[in-house]
Amino acid sequence: MVSQNISIENTRQWYRTAPVTAFPADGGGCVKIGERQIAVFHFKATGEWYACQNMCPHKAQMILARGLIGDCQGEPKVACPFHKKTFSLKTGQNLNGEEYAIETYPVRVEDGFVYIAL
Amino acid sequence: MTNIVVVGNGMAGFKFCEKLLARTEGIATDGGRFSLTVFGEEPRPAYDRVHLSAYFSGTPADELTLAPAGWYADHGIRLFTGECVVQIDRDARTVTTHSGRCVPYDVLVMATGSAPFVPSVPGIHKDGIFVYRTIEDLEAITNWGRQATRAAVIGGGLLGLEAAKAALDMGLETHVVEFAPRLMPRQLDSAGAGILKAKMEAIGVSIHLSKNTTHFEGYDRVAGLRFADDTVLDADMVIISAGIKPRDELARKIGLAIGPRGGIVVNDAMQTSDPAIYAVGECALHGGMIYGLVAPAYEMADVVASAIAKHADLESERAAGPTKLFTGFDMSTKLKLIGVDVASFGDPFCETTKHRSLVWEDRLNGIYKRVNISEDGKYLLGGILVGEAEAYNMLLQTCKNRILLPPTPEDLLLPARKGEGTAAGAGVMSLPDEALICSCEGISKGDICSSITEKELGDVAAIKKCTKAGTGCGGCVPMLGDLLTETLKAQGKIVRKVLCEHFDHTRQELYDLVRINEEETFDEVLAHYGKGHGCEVCKPAVASILASVHNDLIARHSVIQDTNDRYLANIQRGGTYSVVPRVAGGEITPDRLIALGQVAQKYNLYCKITGGQRIDLFGARVDQLPMIWEELIEAGFESGHAYGKALRTVKSCVGSTWCRFGVQDSVGFAIEIENRYKGLRAPHKLKSAVSGCVRECAEAQSKDFGIIATEKGWNLYVCGNGGAKPQHAQLLASDIDRETCIRYIDRFLMFYIKTAEPLARTATWLNKLEGGMGYLRSVVIDDVLGLNEQFEQEMQRLVDAYQCEWKSVVESDDLRSEYRHFINTSDPDPTLAFVEERGQKRPAGW
Repeated sequence: MVSQNISIENTRQWYRTAPVTAFPADGGGCVKIGERQIAVFHFKATGEWYACQNMCPHKAQMILARGLIGDCQGEPKVACPFHKKTFSLKTGQNLNGEEYAIETYPVRVEDGFVYIAL
Repeated sequence: MTNIVVVGNGMAGFKFCEKLLARTEGIATDGGRFSLTVFGEEPRPAYDRVHLSAYFSGTPADELTLAPAGWYADHGIRLFTGECVVQIDRDARTVTTHSGRCVPYDVLVMATGSAPFVPSVPGIHKDGIFVYRTIEDLEAITNWGRQATRAAVIGGGLLGLEAAKAALDMGLETHVVEFAPRLMPRQLDSAGAGILKAKMEAIGVSIHLSKNTTHFEGYDRVAGLRFADDTVLDADMVIISAGIKPRDELARKIGLAIGPRGGIVVNDAMQTSDPAIYAVGECALHGGMIYGLVAPAYEMADVVASAIAKHADLESERAAGPTKLFTGFDMSTKLKLIGVDVASFGDPFCETTKHRSLVWEDRLNGIYKRVNISEDGKYLLGGILVGEAEAYNMLLQTCKNRILLPPTPEDLLLPARKGEGTAAGAGVMSLPDEALICSCEGISKGDICSSITEKELGDVAAIKKCTKAGTGCGGCVPMLGDLLTETLKAQGKIVRKVLCEHFDHTRQELYDLVRINEEETFDEVLAHYGKGHGCEVCKPAVASILASVHNDLIARHSVIQDTNDRYLANIQRGGTYSVVPRVAGGEITPDRLIALGQVAQKYNLYCKITGGQRIDLFGARVDQLPMIWEELIEAGFESGHAYGKALRTVKSCVGSTWCRFGVQDSVGFAIEIENRYKGLRAPHKLKSAVSGCVRECAEAQSKDFGIIATEKGWNLYVCGNGGAKPQHAQLLASDIDRETCIRYIDRFLMFYIKTAEPLARTATWLNKLEGGMGYLRSVVIDDVLGLNEQFEQEMQRLVDAYQCEWKSVVESDDLRSEYRHFINTSDPDPTLAFVEERGQKRPAGW
């Protein structure tokens, strides 16, 4: 656990994005970090936050933040609004059994702000 | 070692081999216990003569083969095709073929079949006159037909009409000549035959009745038929199909008993006058009858297989049982003749039995049905069906199994209404287990049901493969489907259509729960009835239920909506949205058209007219949507709900206001309807239309509910569908006034909204609705559920709760703030890209 944290600290940088209140509960929002678009999701019931690339790899559309979130057998997931391709928000893995996956990023909440490590 | 020889390799001869192998399962033919030798005079192994006319519609001869030559070899059967048996020595027990081959037998099976009966009419040997029996005959007919123009078929029976179809398929002018005063005299009465004649004539087959051919015209090639009444029918091809004549010449030659009009006499065990010789199929005369159908021939084959296996002590344990006997056979038959269903069953005429007949005749649609009922009204004795024979299987079973008739036997005859569960489907489980479902193969209901259960068969193809039922004439295949469905249902194998892993409820159950307990948010619904976080399936479904129950502003539940409902616009390639303001009934003023154009120009939106008589503005960024709508609302527009599973448009034609044909004000009514139901959320989108006259320019019959003006009022059609599986709407009520029409639509829509599965259009819903259209009509019109008052009140509440969603959003800073691409900056999405095409923009590549 400790070594993992260190490796993230070593290779990634944390970015402060927006206040918690700016994000919809049980939905997603997109943040711009430099030129990158990151989708951020908040599961209100469990207080969990997830972040992933905003681009759906299926048709290369900047859209995932507008997707519906939920779970598949407890695994948190997002469904792309275009064709309902679903991805695990923990691993980025495609849950429809297709090849392409997405990048996911660590999220932490501090002082009422949402931070993402890229 | 028992030597079994079969003379004849037609359908009966083949079936005998198959049945014998089944009865001697496990006893190898090459193991010294018995040998099986088959002679066939045709050049190819046995083929399906029943479906011979399929040859003309393109089925290759190979596909008609019952089993390839390899099958015989694999089972140790010696098959000699193209070899004709010419002599049988009953003392030495040998058969000799035309090539001089001599084979000994212990048991002989005559399966020589029949030949077409060819009347001895002068000129019968002219070129261009054919019989219709073998593939070689068909090849000859095809060759001749290429240079012929007019074909006459002699014989208006089953086979004759088949031959007529073949001629028609070849593109020839086709005539059928029948000696009797009606078509199919052995199966149909004169009224039924009359309907069949009209149907035949409608598709271009000329029918000549009571015609006795006395002479064939022409020099060496046939040129016509001269009849006893001295009339002439020109024809350059003649197909003779005037009945069959048993092939008994060999039996006659060796002194077996022959019937006065031909046929090898057999007893109930199918034994000829020589106990070592059996006969099966169309050459056998049993009880004074020649059976010209495949099902009795197969039954005879099994009887002989049973007798031989028993006497030669070859019976496998499984097949052991009393020797089978042939005790006559039901000649019921159903077939499709040139697209016309024809069936007769039991005793179709009841000429010698006291009975009562019920007749239904619909000359307009060419339907004739007759059933004969015992004098006490208890039993079905037989009947005739022409033009519509869906009820055949059930009627046949009712007849054969002496099932007590309902007190209103006329129900047996009434036309099956589309969409209504047919009596046959519902009643199939009421048959006894012994009921013979497949007469061709002799498979009972019990056999089929136990196979479905024990072998876990899941479709009709598997049933056919496993039990052989349905592999003969195929007439029982619909019943196999019914048996499968009912058997699975009895096992509880119908899976309840629950929403998803988060809700163990159907949509209907959840709808009722929400209505009763008045949950107002997804979280409440999930907490009360579900588990987990929900997903992309149940969230929009619950959102739709909440909207249908409360008609609350859906923008207040944005995170559980699909993206179109979340942003109240239709997402398009590239991630921009399109905007469709409501244009009720398709009626729009020039001022509003100009306003739309100005908005489109200002925001550089691509414009297109929709199929629903509205204007679609494409290419709006998510952050532009509230601004665009602010301007549209200012110009008097409101949301068109093109993004929602909701009422879309009510299309109209101009009707009586402008059109010289219109009989009612269709535009006015369309606007009224559209304004009444706008914003109504349903399991799927709803489309409607109103046409001002029967010409139906608004295409109302392809809509979820469509209205067509009549002289007296309006006809209401429901459950139509365009799209991938088009389906015509069906008439719910006719000549009703506006108020009644609206009341019926209220009830219909509420019933649909309450009971449909998620994302089921009305057409799909109706198709799955038990009882179909009849039931729907009884709910909406006759109020069998007693819920209509409630339906109307609920609808009125939804109508009263309507608000323009876009107006609410535009007026709320809070809701407007959700329309942005980024949370942490007001920049638009920098990846959006457009290209120009035909003077407008469109998104760059996908």
